[in-house]
Amino acid sequence: MLQLQVMNSPFNEEQTELLNRLLPTLTETQSLWLSGYLAAVQSSTLQAAPAVEERPAPASVPSIPKEVTILFGSQTGNAQNLAKKAGKSLEEKGFQVIVSSMSDFKPNNLKKVKNLLIVVSTHGEGDPPDNALTFHEFVHGKRAPKLEDFRFSVLALGDSSYEFFCQTGKDFDKRLEELGGTRITPRVDCDLDFDEPAAQWVEAVLSGLSEGASSSQSPSTASVSAAAPAESVYSRSNPFRAEILENINLNGRGSNKETRHLEISLEGSGLTYQPGDSLGVYPENDPELVDLLLAEMNWDPEEAVRVKEETVTLKEALTSHFEITVLTKPLVEKAAKLSGNEELHQLASDSAQMKSYIDGRDLIDLVRDFKPWNSTAQEFIAILRKMPARLYSISSSFEANPDEVHLTIGAVRYDAHGRERKGVCSILCAERLQPGDTLPVFIQHNENFKPPENPDTPIIMVGPGTGIAPFRSFMQEREESGAEGKSWLFFGDQHFVTDFLYQTEWQRWLKDGVLSKMDVAFSRDGDEKVYVQHRMQENSREVFEWLEQGAAVYICGDEKHMAHDVHNTLIDIIEKEGGMSREQAGEYLADMQKNKRYQRDVY
Amino acid sequence: MVNPKLKAPDGPPSDVEGIKDRSNFLRGTLAEVMEDRISAGIPEDDNRLMKHHGSYLQDDRDLRNERQKQKLEPAYQFMLRLRLPGGVATPEQWLVVDDLAEKYGNGTLKLTTRQTFQMHGILKWNMKKTIQAIHSTMLDTIAACGDVNRNVMCISNPDQSEIHEEVYELAKMLSDDLLPRTRAYHEIWLDEEKVAGSPEVDEETEPMYGPLYLPRKFKIGIAVPPSNDIDIFSQDLGFIAIVEDGKLIGFNVAIGGGMGFSHGDKATYPQLSKVIGFVTPDKIYEVAEKTITIQRDYGNRSVRKNARFKYTVDRLGLETVIEELENRLGWKLEEARGFKFDSNGDRYGWVKGIRGKWHFTMFIEGGRVADFDGYNLKTALREIARVHKGDFRLTANQNLIIGNVADEDKAAIESLIEKYGLTDGSRYSALRRGSMACVALPTCGLAMAEAERYLPGLIDKIDEIADEAGLRNEEITIRMTGCPNGCARHALGEIGFIGKAVGKYNMYLGAAFDGSRLSKMYRENIGEEEILNELRVILPRYARERLDGEHFGDFVIRAGIIEATTDGTNFHD
Repeated sequence: MLQLQVMNSPFNEEQTELLNRLLPTLTETQSLWLSGYLAAVQSSTLQAAPAVEERPAPASVPSIPKEVTILFGSQTGNAQNLAKKAGKSLEEKGFQVIVSSMSDFKPNNLKKVKNLLIVVSTHGEGDPPDNALTFHEFVHGKRAPKLEDFRFSVLALGDSSYEFFCQTGKDFDKRLEELGGTRITPRVDCDLDFDEPAAQWVEAVLSGLSEGASSSQSPSTASVSAAAPAESVYSRSNPFRAEILENINLNGRGSNKETRHLEISLEGSGLTYQPGDSLGVYPENDPELVDLLLAEMNWDPEEAVRVKEETVTLKEALTSHFEITVLTKPLVEKAAKLSGNEELHQLASDSAQMKSYIDGRDLIDLVRDFKPWNSTAQEFIAILRKMPARLYSISSSFEANPDEVHLTIGAVRYDAHGRERKGVCSILCAERLQPGDTLPVFIQHNENFKPPENPDTPIIMVGPGTGIAPFRSFMQEREESGAEGKSWLFFGDQHFVTDFLYQTEWQRWLKDGVLSKMDVAFSRDGDEKVYVQHRMQENSREVFEWLEQGAAVYICGDEKHMAHDVHNTLIDIIEKEGGMSREQAGEYLADMQKNKRYQRDVY
Repeated sequence: MVNPKLKAPDGPPSDVEGIKDRSNFLRGTLAEVMEDRISAGIPEDDNRLMKHHGSYLQDDRDLRNERQKQKLEPAYQFMLRLRLPGGVATPEQWLVVDDLAEKYGNGTLKLTTRQTFQMHGILKWNMKKTIQAIHSTMLDTIAACGDVNRNVMCISNPDQSEIHEEVYELAKMLSDDLLPRTRAYHEIWLDEEKVAGSPEVDEETEPMYGPLYLPRKFKIGIAVPPSNDIDIFSQDLGFIAIVEDGKLIGFNVAIGGGMGFSHGDKATYPQLSKVIGFVTPDKIYEVAEKTITIQRDYGNRSVRKNARFKYTVDRLGLETVIEELENRLGWKLEEARGFKFDSNGDRYGWVKGIRGKWHFTMFIEGGRVADFDGYNLKTALREIARVHKGDFRLTANQNLIIGNVADEDKAAIESLIEKYGLTDGSRYSALRRGSMACVALPTCGLAMAEAERYLPGLIDKIDEIADEAGLRNEEITIRMTGCPNGCARHALGEIGFIGKAVGKYNMYLGAAFDGSRLSKMYRENIGEEEILNELRVILPRYARERLDGEHFGDFVIRAGIIEATTDGTNFHD
């Protein structure tokens, strides 16, 4: 073998020395593996590079590469992103990977899969995300196949402040085992701060797969997924500090509501987005609340504490780095370990009592209710959740507003347990954020809420309250692109006079024909409460006609009541106007969902 | 033979003429646009027609800029004006209107200078319900605005109750019989089925008005001397009752009055009507109808600013108009009888009428019936309406008479007046009681300055000056409007203020206390400080130099402070 030198190779002196030491020690299999590995890395990372040189034919054909299927169920796009990232890591290690949303995966193919990875989030009361519904049902139903020689692992996403934390992931994990599968590595449940545990899961999966893999793994040149657009350096883990350009209240005087319209500059960030995407925002806690906590614990705000690699003041840590407004089960359990308070121990060990206690309470309640606290501030903050990012559906089109992103945020204020409670991010926006200030933001792409690719496809949009946000983005985009398809918007809120969000814009789009039809429902204007679904009912024949013409239906906003009611109303309409049975109507809608003609962005 | 002078002005018809022409007798697309849920407003063309139904679209101007930034349309709302001939309402009707204001309006009522109720702040989708509720209490809003004969006024002064009844019946008859005949109102608001069959024929649908209605609004009033409470000379057509031996024998007829003008446009001016003759009571409908048809045929349909009957009279000449009127009547007017007015204000407090019933006149500042901080006027009147067995009379000075109270019921009413402090002194100075203000900001689209919301505060300050000058009990009429259109008959106030811009007014002096002489501009475009400075000089001078019984409006002319306006045509000189 040629002795590498600085002169006859592109390597520097240190590298040539290392290579010269390593290369002679390699077995034939090892060097073959390495050459393929390097070629694959090259092909997946150097998009613009000239075609990779044909890989020299290996001396002997290695065993068939291992195939891995990664299915994701994602509402906001986090699970999807993680699934793609895992896929990339696996491909780099030479696996043949298929990454797919659960809704795009044919359930009957499950039998053929040998290695399945599931990345799935959980919503509401332990519900699967929209694009996981059908698959979840299939796996749990009678038609689910016996799985032999089948290995799997689940990465579950959730929020530990909800009772049914990571429930959907748990469901899959349990069920796949029942069906005969064995775990590559145990399920990992991620809280809002999922980056680290998710990376660890991928590591564990890799080593688990390698152990069980045949003696050699061949590198794969399987083409990597289509080239992604040039990515900005800013991301979830490296947010961009974006300047606030405008911050206004959209609700007129006398409203019960406050909805902030924010215009934020993305200039210089390289960040772009599509209609339907969300903006992630890292908020700061209310300084009053932080002061209250510091006073309650008798802590010195200036005390230096370690947060990850940094040293910051305690006040800064509590303001920007940790969540103090939500209690979770793990948090209370950890707090109990720090405390000698008997009542707290009791609470931590009684899940029913715990559930009712954490509901609507925050850290200040906890530290007040279970004194004394003897741990140091450093010890105490170690039990807190990292400040999670808030995701908001973007209400602008990048095409129409280059270098800007607009948000529509409902201010959250309510009383609970004798104190006024405020939404962390929404009230930051409502009460403290001024034009000129900055916010750490990132773009969260959402492939599950996209306008139809065909500009002639009619769209029906249902977005009461702040659910209107993505449809403003849709309309701006359509106005820019001149899309010809019909569009129909259903909007609702409490009062016409004060709560008709972006009223003059819809009026203009209606006048200009960008928006073909709009129906509104204001629940508190009349004697009877009227909601968007009632307006849909009133127009049931026409709604069904649009569906038959291929219209795509989009729903955005409150999940618990609105999305549920609208869903049922759609089935009612299909049943009635299509002359179908309830079951057929449900299938009709499920079919639409499968064909991406029924998309939801609900929260 | 037709007088060659009888000619309507040349020129293309104004936009409103076209709107009326295309409206199919005031229908337009009102029925459809009222159903639209995306805007609380209606298009301008329909709004023009809406006036004939007693309403028009306004918006809260206080919120205009703010809402524009919030991406909200203006705070559109409808003003709804009732037709209430002579200003007479039953307690039941009062309660219905009071309730509607709470339920659909802004919670207040405006008693207007034409003796009717106005409600503000009604949202589009509540209009039909409101009008239907009004209909259910035997009232309507037809022709309360628009290019038609408006609410017919008549004396409300309870001293005259022996002929009040008779005069009121005539006012009501005029108002009813001069209504438009189109069924548009009934179809749009009361869900009346459209009559199928042959298309409407102009002459049959509107025998008097025709398809274009009048060139402009038309106002009729009936006065009974010596009270000129309805400002008879400000009406397009006025009837002045002549009473002999306690009996109504007939009316002097006066034509061609009107208050409105435009700032800086001398072709527009307030004018007082002229007495042209006498007719017996049985003839007044005929006189009204023929007068209206003269205006219909010869009024200016090209320039709306010059379309009121007063300009028609001045352009054609009084003699020509009289001659044409007599032509159309087929008989001659009798010679006018003598009469004398002493005041255009109201008399406050309890008065026992001829038939032994009591009447209580109370001052309503700015005509606004509302529950104010520490002064629950609206609640008080509601409670009174619940026990009251007589009637309510809205006066032309935006005040209210609790009328026809029997001896045995007086104590109950009195105790409510007492309980709610309705006649407490601070709200009752002589200057204040003689004041009137139009609505102006925030709802009136025409207002250039505040009126109703500002005048009370200004009077607080003028009261101090009057007090110091020893004029505390002196009656001086003060009238303020937000623009020159004259809803508070500003040109007939002894002290008049007409809005020019926010915080700026033209100040007028020299009108007669009895409403028989117009004022003249004294200072242009002045703010509060200058207004008060002027009055700090003039009021003490009046106190010192006035003759016995001399009214302020007469004094300023005698003292040379202002020149008398002897006719509308020299108002601007």
